Amino acid sequence: MLLGIDWFFILEKSILIAAIISLSLVVAMYSTWAERKVAALIQDRRGPNRAGIFGILQPLADGLKLFMKEEIIPNLSNGFLFVLGPGLAMLTAMMTSAVIPWSSHLELFGRNIDLQIADINIGILYIFGVVSMGVYGIMIGGWASNNKFSLMAAIRGASQIISYELAMGLSIIALLMLTGSLSLKTIVEQQQDHLWNIVYQPLGFLIFLVCAFAECNRTPFDLSEAESELNFGYHQEYSSMKLGFYLFAEYVNMFISSAVMATLFFGGYDIPFINDASFGDAHGQNLLAILQGLSLFVKVAFFIFFFIWVRWTIPRFRYDQLMRLGWKGLIPLALINMVITGFIVLLKANDWHF
Amino acid sequence: MGTTQILFWFLSVLAILSAIMVVVSKNPVHSVLWLIIVFFAISGHYILLNAQFLAIVNLIVYAGAIMVLFLFVIMLMNLNADAEPQKNKWLKIAGVIAGGALLLVFVAALKNADLKNQIAEVNSGDIGLIHNLGIALFNDYVIPFEISSVLFLSAMVGAVVIGKKD
Repeated sequence: MLLGIDWFFILEKSILIAAIISLSLVVAMYSTWAERKVAALIQDRRGPNRAGIFGILQPLADGLKLFMKEEIIPNLSNGFLFVLGPGLAMLTAMMTSAVIPWSSHLELFGRNIDLQIADINIGILYIFGVVSMGVYGIMIGGWASNNKFSLMAAIRGASQIISYELAMGLSIIALLMLTGSLSLKTIVEQQQDHLWNIVYQPLGFLIFLVCAFAECNRTPFDLSEAESELNFGYHQEYSSMKLGFYLFAEYVNMFISSAVMATLFFGGYDIPFINDASFGDAHGQNLLAILQGLSLFVKVAFFIFFFIWVRWTIPRFRYDQLMRLGWKGLIPLALINMVITGFIVLLKANDWHF
Repeated sequence: MGTTQILFWFLSVLAILSAIMVVVSKNPVHSVLWLIIVFFAISGHYILLNAQFLAIVNLIVYAGAIMVLFLFVIMLMNLNADAEPQKNKWLKIAGVIAGGALLLVFVAALKNADLKNQIAEVNSGDIGLIHNLGIALFNDYVIPFEISSVLFLSAMVGAVVIGKKD
C-alpha cells in the first residue's frame, strides 16, 4: 500500500488491459483474413492460400507490407492533424473495450479478478461517448489531407455516423427500460437469470444491428469510402501504416460492436442451456470463467462472420437512400418500439391491469 | 497532495490553457479542436466530483454532436488561414468589451455568494450518479423534465417532417 494506492490492483488491471488490447488486435488481424476467405467462398474462389497453411500467415505479411511502404505526407496538408487522424481512429476503436464484461471473475492468488476493465454504472453511455468521438478520426484525417474528395468523404462519413447514432440511442432506450440499468455487467447478469434480451427486443436488436453497420462504415453503408464516386475516400492521401491504422480501426470497431451486440442482446458471456452458477459450484469458478469467455467469443465470431457475409452479399446504398433509411425509417421505428416497450413495462408494473 | 488534487490542478490548467488557445488560434479548425479539449477537461472535473452521468453526457452532446456540427460548417466554408478575411478592428474591440462585461456580471453575481463554506464533495458526492439523478428528475422535477423532453421530441419530428416534404 505505497502512496495509498493498491499496487496489486493496478498490476491486475494493467495486465487485463494489455491482454484485451492484444486480443482485439489479433482478432482484428484475423478478421481481415476471414474477410478474404469468406469473400472467396462466396465468389467461388480460393482466397489467400500462399503464406502458411490456408494462408494463415497472410495478415502478418499484409502488416509487414504496410510497414515497409513509403510514408508520404502531402505538402499542403496540415502535418500534425494529418498524423493525429489515424491515431484518433485507432484510439477510439480500442477504448470501447474497457467496459465490456469479457467473462465473470477468476479466482487467482486468493483474489477475485473481474474480467472486465471497469464496471462503471454508465457503461453503455460510455460506449456511446467513445463512438461519437470516433467521428473525429475520420473528419480530421479527411480535412487535413487538403483534398476535395477526402473532405467530401469525411463529411459524408461524419453525417452518416451522427444520423445513425440517434436511432441507435433510441433503440437502446427501449432496452434500458427493461433492464433498468446502464451497467453492462448487470445487463448480462439479468440475462443469465431470464431469457436473453433478443426475445424481448427483436425490433430493437434489428435497429441496433443496422446502426452498428452504419457506425462501422461497413457495406452497405460504406459511403465514405465509395471508390467509384470518391476515388478512395477519406484516407486517399494516406500511405504506409497510417493507412493501415484506418483500415485496421474498422476491423477493431467491427469486433467491439460484435461484442456489444452479443452483450446487450445475446446474453454476453452467458453459456446457453446451462445454469452457470451451479456449473461453477460443481467444476470450479476458473473453468467456468474460461468457458464463459469462450461462449462470448463464439457469439462474437458469429457476428463478425455476419458483418462479412453482408458485405459480400448486399450492394452499397446511394447516399440519399442511406439518409432516408436513417431518418425516415429507423428513427420512427425506434420511437414506436420505445413507446410500445414503455407501455408494456408500465402494464407489467401494474400487474397487467389498466 | 493526493491524487485527486493533482488531477484537479492538471485539469484546471488544461481547461484554461485550451480555452485561451481557442481564442488565440489563427485557424478556426484548430479553435474547434481546442474547444473539444476544454470539454474533455470539464468532463474530467465532473468525474472528480463523482458525477459520471453528467461527464459522459457532456461528452456525447457537446464534444460528440455539437462540436462535429461546428467542424462541419467550418470545414465546408474552408476558412484557411491565408484566405481568411481580415476581421474589423472595431469588431475585435467590441468583442473584448462584451466579454469583459460578461465577466463583470459573473463576478458581481458571485461576490455575495457564500463560496468559502461550500466544500466540493470530491469523490464522495452521489447526486451525480445516474440512479439519484433519475430519482430527482422523475420525482421533484417531473413537469419541467417532461416538457423539455416533449420539446426535443417535437424538434426531431419537425426535422423528419421537413425532410419528408420533397
